[in-house]
Amino acid sequence: MCLAVPMEVVEIKDGDELTSPIALVELGGIRREIRLDIVDRLPHIGDYVIVHAGFAVHSLTKDEAEESISLIRRMADGWRE
Amino acid sequence: MGQSEDISDPDLIKDLALRLKGLVKRPMKFMEVCGTHTVSISRSGLRSIIPKEIELISGPGCPVCVTAQGDIDAFIETAKIPGITVTTFGDLLKVPGSSDSLAGRRAKGAQVDVVYSPVDALQLARKDRSREVVFLAVGFETTIPCIAATIKDAARDGTGNFSILPALKLMPPALEALLETDIGIDGLICPGHVSAVIGAAAYKPIAEGFGMPCVVAGFEPAEILFALILLARQVNAGRAEVENAYPRAVSWEGNGKALGIMNEVFLQCDTEWRGLGAIRQSGLALKPEYNKFDAKYRFGIETRHTPEPKGCLCGDIIKGLDIPSNCPFFASICTPVSPVGPCMVSSEGACAAYFRYETGVI
Repeated sequence: MCLAVPMEVVEIKDGDELTSPIALVELGGIRREIRLDIVDRLPHIGDYVIVHAGFAVHSLTKDEAEESISLIRRMADGWRE
Repeated sequence: MGQSEDISDPDLIKDLALRLKGLVKRPMKFMEVCGTHTVSISRSGLRSIIPKEIELISGPGCPVCVTAQGDIDAFIETAKIPGITVTTFGDLLKVPGSSDSLAGRRAKGAQVDVVYSPVDALQLARKDRSREVVFLAVGFETTIPCIAATIKDAARDGTGNFSILPALKLMPPALEALLETDIGIDGLICPGHVSAVIGAAAYKPIAEGFGMPCVVAGFEPAEILFALILLARQVNAGRAEVENAYPRAVSWEGNGKALGIMNEVFLQCDTEWRGLGAIRQSGLALKPEYNKFDAKYRFGIETRHTPEPKGCLCGDIIKGLDIPSNCPFFASICTPVSPVGPCMVSSEGACAAYFRYETGVI
């Protein structure tokens, strides 16, 4: 059930008192509408979200999305020396 | 997105594996709590590149696998009630109950629809008010806020023909129950997306109370290797702390909004787990004001304790006491096409992961 890969936000539709805000997200050409009512921080277009069962559960900027990878890389580079 | 390519860089993985090798001074056994970790470990062949002294075992983090046999039977009974459309995540469809499965009931004419999100189930109810739509609610803290938000939707617009049959589970109480018996592990690879909701801090009582190193991990092989390095370092230093190796998705305090919605709709209750039995305050029930959305009350559905399939090792595999290939049924009478237990059915199940990716190497 856990979709492990963050999906890119390409469009945001604001909610009102009856409907929740929705993001149109994309990954590898697949687009899907995702609810934003439980996400920790409302994303902007170009941000990424971690998606679970039709809802965004976590929002991250492109830099944040790459953060832990570069951290692992920096550590690995340090170990080489 | 570039990161997926970067993180599967063979040089990076080789470096991390070498670093891990240098840290292993004695046999170490780590449990990957989350089923998605189990699948990633098997699919990537991680077992073949980590040092032989490190044993990785699966834990109770596959929601379908930990659902008690009595709950599976109750799901199937619900599908027999005329006028009800049962909606479910696909993984539950083929899980054998005591005498049938949801797929079996569907073949006999029951209305069983697979949905991707609980919202899809609510939409079905809104489209056809003449049918009662019941969503079979399994899942951990990642899924529970999604279900809670859906219940709030239904309450807000008065959708009266939608309900859920809850078999929801909380991860920390199960880990504590598991660790109260000595399962001989040296550390926990804590689930990535459950932790995105509950926060890394949720494992502090486990690290401190049980002296158990806990590291939250992402799902890429390099991220799992990174978590293993942090765990091995803790073991070598005699530390037992919570460390977060997945900071891009997991914060220390978790997702307050998701936890808030979950606590608005649900209350903690005792619940039964496959293999682990009844665990205090490890499940969730709808708060009294939301009882009309509980299929149990709505249709008088009773959940009885029913025994697990005789000879099936799913219960021991969930507890980290055994591995799939030791089960006498594994890949013989139990296969993904004809499963005996849920660990062979679910896409996050340990047996399914071993069957698909590791039968050639174990």
